[in-house]
Amino acid sequence: MAEDALELVDVEYEPLEPVVDLLAAAEGDACVSDRSFAYGDVDAALAAADVVVRHRVRFHRWSCTPVECYGVVAQWNEAEESLTAWANFQGPFTLHSVAAAALGLPGARLRLVTPPDSGGSFGIKSAVFAYVVLMGLASRKLGVPVRWIEDRLEHLAGSSAATGRSTQVEAGFTTDGELVALRYDAVEDVGAYVRAPEPATLYRMHGSLSGGYRVRNVAARNRVVLTNTVPSGLNRGFGGPQLYLALERTMDVAAGRLELDPAELRRRNLVRADDFPYETPSGALYDSGDYEGCLDDALAHAGWDARRAEATAARAGGRLVGVGMACVVEPSISNMGYITLAEPSAERGLPKSGNAEGCTITVSPLGGITVTLTTTPQGQGHRTVAAQIVADRLGVEPQDVTVLSESDTSTSPWTVSSGNYSSRFSGVGAGAVAVAAERLAERMAAIREHLGDPDASLRRVAGTAHWNPESLPPGMDAGLAVTAYYAAPNLLPPDGDRVASSAAHGFVVDVAVVEVDRDTGRVSVLDYVTVHDAGRLLNPLLAEGQVRGGLAHGAAAALFERLVWDDDGNLLTASFMDYSCPTAPDLPTPRIGHRESPSPFLPLGAKGLGEGPTMSAPAAIANAVADALGRDDVDPPFTPGRVWELLER
Amino acid sequence: MKPAPFRYVRAETTDEAVDALTREGDDAKVLAGGQSLVPALNMRLVRPGVLVDVNRVGELSGVARENGSLAVGATVRQADARLLAHPLLAEALPHVGHVVTRNRGTVCGSVAHADPAAELPLCLVLLGGTVRARGRGGTREISASDFFVSHFTTALEPGELVVETTWPLAQDDTGTGFCEVAQRRGDYALCMAGALARGEELRVAVGSVVDRPTLLDVDPERPGESAAAQVEPWGTVHASAAYLRHLVRVVVDRAVAQARTRAST
Amino acid sequence: MTEIAVTVNGRLYREAVEDRLLLSDFLRGRLGLTGTHVGCEHGVCGACTVRFDGVAARSCLLFAVQADGAEIVTVEGLARNGALTPLQEAFRSHHALQCGFCTPGILIAADELLSRGGPTSREEIVDLLSGHLCRCTGYTPIVDAIAEVAGA
Repeated sequence: MAEDALELVDVEYEPLEPVVDLLAAAEGDACVSDRSFAYGDVDAALAAADVVVRHRVRFHRWSCTPVECYGVVAQWNEAEESLTAWANFQGPFTLHSVAAAALGLPGARLRLVTPPDSGGSFGIKSAVFAYVVLMGLASRKLGVPVRWIEDRLEHLAGSSAATGRSTQVEAGFTTDGELVALRYDAVEDVGAYVRAPEPATLYRMHGSLSGGYRVRNVAARNRVVLTNTVPSGLNRGFGGPQLYLALERTMDVAAGRLELDPAELRRRNLVRADDFPYETPSGALYDSGDYEGCLDDALAHAGWDARRAEATAARAGGRLVGVGMACVVEPSISNMGYITLAEPSAERGLPKSGNAEGCTITVSPLGGITVTLTTTPQGQGHRTVAAQIVADRLGVEPQDVTVLSESDTSTSPWTVSSGNYSSRFSGVGAGAVAVAAERLAERMAAIREHLGDPDASLRRVAGTAHWNPESLPPGMDAGLAVTAYYAAPNLLPPDGDRVASSAAHGFVVDVAVVEVDRDTGRVSVLDYVTVHDAGRLLNPLLAEGQVRGGLAHGAAAALFERLVWDDDGNLLTASFMDYSCPTAPDLPTPRIGHRESPSPFLPLGAKGLGEGPTMSAPAAIANAVADALGRDDVDPPFTPGRVWELLER
Repeated sequence: MKPAPFRYVRAETTDEAVDALTREGDDAKVLAGGQSLVPALNMRLVRPGVLVDVNRVGELSGVARENGSLAVGATVRQADARLLAHPLLAEALPHVGHVVTRNRGTVCGSVAHADPAAELPLCLVLLGGTVRARGRGGTREISASDFFVSHFTTALEPGELVVETTWPLAQDDTGTGFCEVAQRRGDYALCMAGALARGEELRVAVGSVVDRPTLLDVDPERPGESAAAQVEPWGTVHASAAYLRHLVRVVVDRAVAQARTRAST
Repeated sequence: MTEIAVTVNGRLYREAVEDRLLLSDFLRGRLGLTGTHVGCEHGVCGACTVRFDGVAARSCLLFAVQADGAEIVTVEGLARNGALTPLQEAFRSHHALQCGFCTPGILIAADELLSRGGPTSREEIVDLLSGHLCRCTGYTPIVDAIAEVAGA
């Protein structure tokens, strides 16, 4: 096996000076991108503000760690000079093109197949493409198919991880709590290389720099630095946890300075229900929502006032109990053009704004319905929802619809944005299914009308289309199949430095109640409430599953998980013994609330909701810990050892 | 993560196991529950030439009360309900790994592995138990305090097999206490302590923060503080040395309080 | 190579295996029983859990040679004649799996506990699950599913 062969390879390294810390990297020549953005007049607004709050946060590096690691089978075809690769990849996405270019192949000669039901990804399997290339090269060199299954140690050391980020925030307020200016100075650690699609983590949230607030003066300096650590990539929440830790911690620090209830300070600044659609300073178009309504729900659900009073009383009695919240806008369905913001607008080349997804529905001569997706599900229930939508449109039962979720770049309907990321299924994935089903239903209605039999069975309609095309309405194609591509209508290429970075925007309000054990530093989550507005819910059970999973991932980052390297760049958390994924006793059971403000821009009114609490939980828990400890300088993860150091400081 | 090649020898009797171990010497490892050994094999952190599997040695599966102790044979699993007859084991075993790993992991294997962060070696030292080892020259008894030498190092000679461990049962008026702090349920402890209290007598042992489970001579008035002054923890990725020293105080005080409460009821 | 005879899900297999072959790899690669999943190969994630002579155990921490003469049940052996067990049905109705990668190990571990008359409380279920990693569900629906079947 390969592992035996590996022991026969000797590598001699000439050590160079490593850089592991992102701030140290920012000082040296490891800074590879430095861009500044300004919307409104931040300098003037800060100068005029009654109170200016400055706060620094640091988000550590953590990862998705699906229980299934990467896997690739690559087979080079010498005669056709083509490569077929089977991988638990979550694209084709932009990365099929990157992989094809790396192999020097025209796109059509890289056939990439993703199985119908691979294990979880949470973003990280977007980076499988690099191994598709490597195994492709190995197969070409050896002339045989090559199989590679990543093991856990390889996965932790070398697959991918979320970025680390240090953010200095300056926020100006009036005395009555109006947020008038917001400035970020972010240093983003992308690890050893800027691997595609990075530095997207830094720009995915760009339209939402102002979060859920009405502030019009916003500025950001974005620096991207390299360190001698694993390259970064997609990770559930993708940029949201880092942004909202900075923004929502700053709101709590400001509430303290302004002597306002943190919930009240937020309420005074939230985008109002009659402001929608609301255009943010940095270019996002918030489609719909009732942010104050969500806030009210969360406060009521959590018993905010009572909880705060109990915590105050508990602290007076010597216990360390704290209550924290976070309000976050959850973008979904990314605009592939946002990444071009990393370059000044003059250097961007042709405009980009991709976000389309495809779907094919075919009806067999006997009336069997088959739906083909390219959304590469890993347990999110795409097949269930697609069957539900098609059955609904065509007047059949969901079990009469066969949904194929294997993706194959040679046969599936796909675009540069196809795949499973940025919570895009319920918007554009299901949107494409709905559009295709709608067109098919229209064709079937036209056939029935032409036949003069409005009650003609599906089988009769299908039979006619296949067996007797001459009897179809004039101009209609033979057979009965539709391929539709759907793109959200509200995503344009960046306009200067403004970008509608996502098509839909949900809203999440979380309330966390924690207690810190003074003796051990252990943080226990006593209660957790999360209220969501993700537009129309296509399947409540699946939606709740996404909320629970997203929260588990966010709470894991807040309380347990951290990748740590020593000063030489050696990974210290290299196994599941030391990279501490929480299990059942370690995580809170959330109380979940929903609101539904349908998106006016999307065919089903449904927004994504796979990432919200991953974005909100680190901030909400950090705020609760800060409240419990009565101090502002708290950064996750709140492991016992780190919290104890805070207590001792 | 696949082990380097090795040869597998299955022993059906203690004699066969000892013969195989003697024959292979340093190159052989005993395979019992495998819950610590096999991860190390898979990571190629250890690469013995021979594994001697003792799981089918029927004569080593006993749990017996003898001379005020519980005698536990080499193949007795950590999940074995017979162990719950011992109050300290009943207290500590739920902290040893997880339900499924305890199904397979053995008590004697954990002792022989001598991980300073493992619960069972700490208990054996606290109780003043013994390890019965058999080699070609016969069987000898090693006291727990002599058995554990350092990290993963014991007084066993090459060719010797731990056939039994004995766990003294305290008198009825003795209270036992056990406390550990771990990051997650089932993790190796960041720090742990066990305590026995009987009248004015107090016996305390700590683990994880020392190179082997260690009995400490503590001040009964301020046990935690005096224990913390006697150890020199080294920092880890999860915990600084200062934090671990602090935890010694916490877990010792908690274990002692528990033991004293139980002794008085 | 060592010859072994092992019963898996009621069927006897005779195979020659390399001594170092992990039981998990034997089940998956040799017998094609890919329901047993491999997530860490150091005993933490629990995905590879099977019943080994009735007892739930990590198949990544056992060698195939150790299974000579043993009786093994994998997740494929739970359903009978195409009918899911009540536990499997409960996983479905509670949405206790999303990607399903961790599910086989959890089903086997919970099935063993149920067969021994447990679990008697939610806490016991939570404790059982401390030996299993799931990254999709946040665990609560899994606890609910097992609790329903156990009446806990």
